[in-house]
Amino acid sequence: MKYLSEFRDPELVLKYREKLDELVTKEWTLMEVCGGQTHSLVKNGLLELLPDKVQMIHGPGCPVCVTPLNLIDKAVHLAMDEEVILCSFGDMLRVPGSKMSLLEAKSRGADVRILYSPLEAVQIAKKNPQKEVVFFAVGFETTAPANALSVVHAEREKLNNYSILASHVLVPPAMEAVVNDPLAKIDGFLAAGHVCTIMGIHQYFPLVENHRLPIIVTGFEPIDLLQGIYMCLKQLEAGEAKLENQYARVVQPEGNPEAVKVIERIFEISDREWRGIGVIPNSGYVIREEYKAFDADRKFKIRIEKAEENKSCIAGQVLKGIKKPHDCPEFGKNCTPQNPLGAPMVSSEGACAAYYHFSKAMGDIEAQV
Amino acid sequence: MELSEIKSIIAASCPLPKLDFDIITLGHGSGGLLTHNLLEQGVFDLFSNSYLDKKHDGAIVESPGDILAFSTDSFVVSPIFFPGGNIGELAINGTVNDINMCGARAEFISLAFIIEEGFAVKEFWDILLSIKAAAEHAGVKIVTGDTKVVERGKGDKIFINTSGIGRVSPDSAIDAKRVSQGDKVILSGSLARHGIAIMSVREGLEFESAIESDTCHFNHIIPTLIEEFGRDIHMLRDATRGGIATVLNEVAKDSGIGVALRQNQLHVDEDVSGACELLGLDPLYVANEGVFVVIASPESAEGIVEKINAWSQTNEAGIIGEVVSEHTGQVVIESAIGGKRVVNMMLGEQLPRIC
Repeated sequence: MKYLSEFRDPELVLKYREKLDELVTKEWTLMEVCGGQTHSLVKNGLLELLPDKVQMIHGPGCPVCVTPLNLIDKAVHLAMDEEVILCSFGDMLRVPGSKMSLLEAKSRGADVRILYSPLEAVQIAKKNPQKEVVFFAVGFETTAPANALSVVHAEREKLNNYSILASHVLVPPAMEAVVNDPLAKIDGFLAAGHVCTIMGIHQYFPLVENHRLPIIVTGFEPIDLLQGIYMCLKQLEAGEAKLENQYARVVQPEGNPEAVKVIERIFEISDREWRGIGVIPNSGYVIREEYKAFDADRKFKIRIEKAEENKSCIAGQVLKGIKKPHDCPEFGKNCTPQNPLGAPMVSSEGACAAYYHFSKAMGDIEAQV
Repeated sequence: MELSEIKSIIAASCPLPKLDFDIITLGHGSGGLLTHNLLEQGVFDLFSNSYLDKKHDGAIVESPGDILAFSTDSFVVSPIFFPGGNIGELAINGTVNDINMCGARAEFISLAFIIEEGFAVKEFWDILLSIKAAAEHAGVKIVTGDTKVVERGKGDKIFINTSGIGRVSPDSAIDAKRVSQGDKVILSGSLARHGIAIMSVREGLEFESAIESDTCHFNHIIPTLIEEFGRDIHMLRDATRGGIATVLNEVAKDSGIGVALRQNQLHVDEDVSGACELLGLDPLYVANEGVFVVIASPESAEGIVEKINAWSQTNEAGIIGEVVSEHTGQVVIESAIGGKRVVNMMLGEQLPRIC
């Protein structure tokens, strides 16, 4: 497949592996910000190909992992309302709320539909005028344009039965929060390529300058990741701190201005709670006052008591890279992908789930060799 | 004869009978006159054979062999018509294949419908014709059956249950315990076509593609393989729901061995692979309806691959990995670029109702 197979070339992987071995002289800790990158690192078995001195920390860029418990409870609450058709991206369905997940709500009779695009939800609203259709608008800057566009479409179609339950988080403030945590030790970032496709790369200059950290805008295929890691380590070994764009075949420096325009039309920046991390200032989107009719949170005035997270879950420290998933006493014991205590164990992009699968296998292999 | 030829002959010779109803009503499942009309004018004539023609409550059949394989399966696929097939042929192929995986040739099939009130007779007829074609192509006889109708809203158009009986070849020795280190893992064809074909027509997700379901039966190829390779074949599994990942995990756990796969040996059509990338699905977990796994002694592996390729008239069958004594109970795949990862069993559903 064009633009994919070239970035999965085993010979190139070998070359990068050799180049990395030659390059690295010190111990370095890098964070890949995006869950998609974590998934690719694990799926392709790249972690075991890196030099021993290089440690990858899996960042908070997994929307499933950072969506607050309270919002999942709200989504479940809405879904259980007979008047409501709740639409969601598929991977949110398994995330545990304080009482149940959306998947469980579905089996208890809720009308929960898995969609690939919020625009389909608008069509469902059009076809079901007697029902309220709510789209659980989760994600980073990448899904924000389509979610915003769904509101634009609903307004154009004069639909008064469509709204979104927005849980949009923004990447740069989260990276800032991670760096500012005195316990976090991160030498460089691989920034999330797809987020930059929308927002451009200018947002990262302050981070690079204020913290003297190399940041590489990186893609998702094996060669992308290895190249991003190489570029980052090369700067670190040379004592440099620059912003570089590895994913230039997709990411334009200015991003996608049309997409940003539609985001800004519907959303405004606000403080936002991140599951496991807490409130990060200016780190999310909320729906602007003029579009409040499309905001499910305001429309349905959902009041749900704030449930407590499982106390033994150290998701926050894992998402900031302070602790490794297997530092958690519950890891692999009371917390498994089948029975997750915290969100990073749920999604295949979550750091704990990734570690669970990976270390389980490698442990077994080592034990038996 | 090719399935397509059988289909066109059946379509030409079996026009929709002239009925005084065009939808199925509750009365058609009542057991009374309406049921009688539906069966007489539709089902019995179409599937006529000496066992079914007795119109008894059950079928009386001579035993096809000393050791029998017996299997049942229900079919609830949505939508019922999909690119490359429909629920009817799926219901025949599915049960035939389950019997084949026991090292047996399927002979007799039971066929039961649960129909939702209001279902169009024309659609029912199209399904019946596909069932007839699939049964003829597989060489199985439909010998008994049942029809129930449920109120509108209590079903989803039509559900089908089939059971089957087949004769286990005396040469066959399919047993999880016989899977051992050094065995080769053979895959019969390209992955994920059925699941993606269903996805492409699911409500709310329609995308244009030429991908067709791979639904087919193994009632000829499996007896051929058993006859030629006999006890060298240790395990047979069809990779339906949960895909090849789930099937191999089950084998690894049941047999107490490890399975080592190589990504670059797996065959996935380019359009299927593209659709998987787009939808965020891993072809290892997507359902197939025409793909099986053979685990066999290394001496016979190449020969088995050749036979399968001659049967399917493709070059898609191949050795995709082997049985190892490390990582017992687990499937580990070496990615195309040389890294390794564990292939877990699928957690819950990847797609709703695919078979």
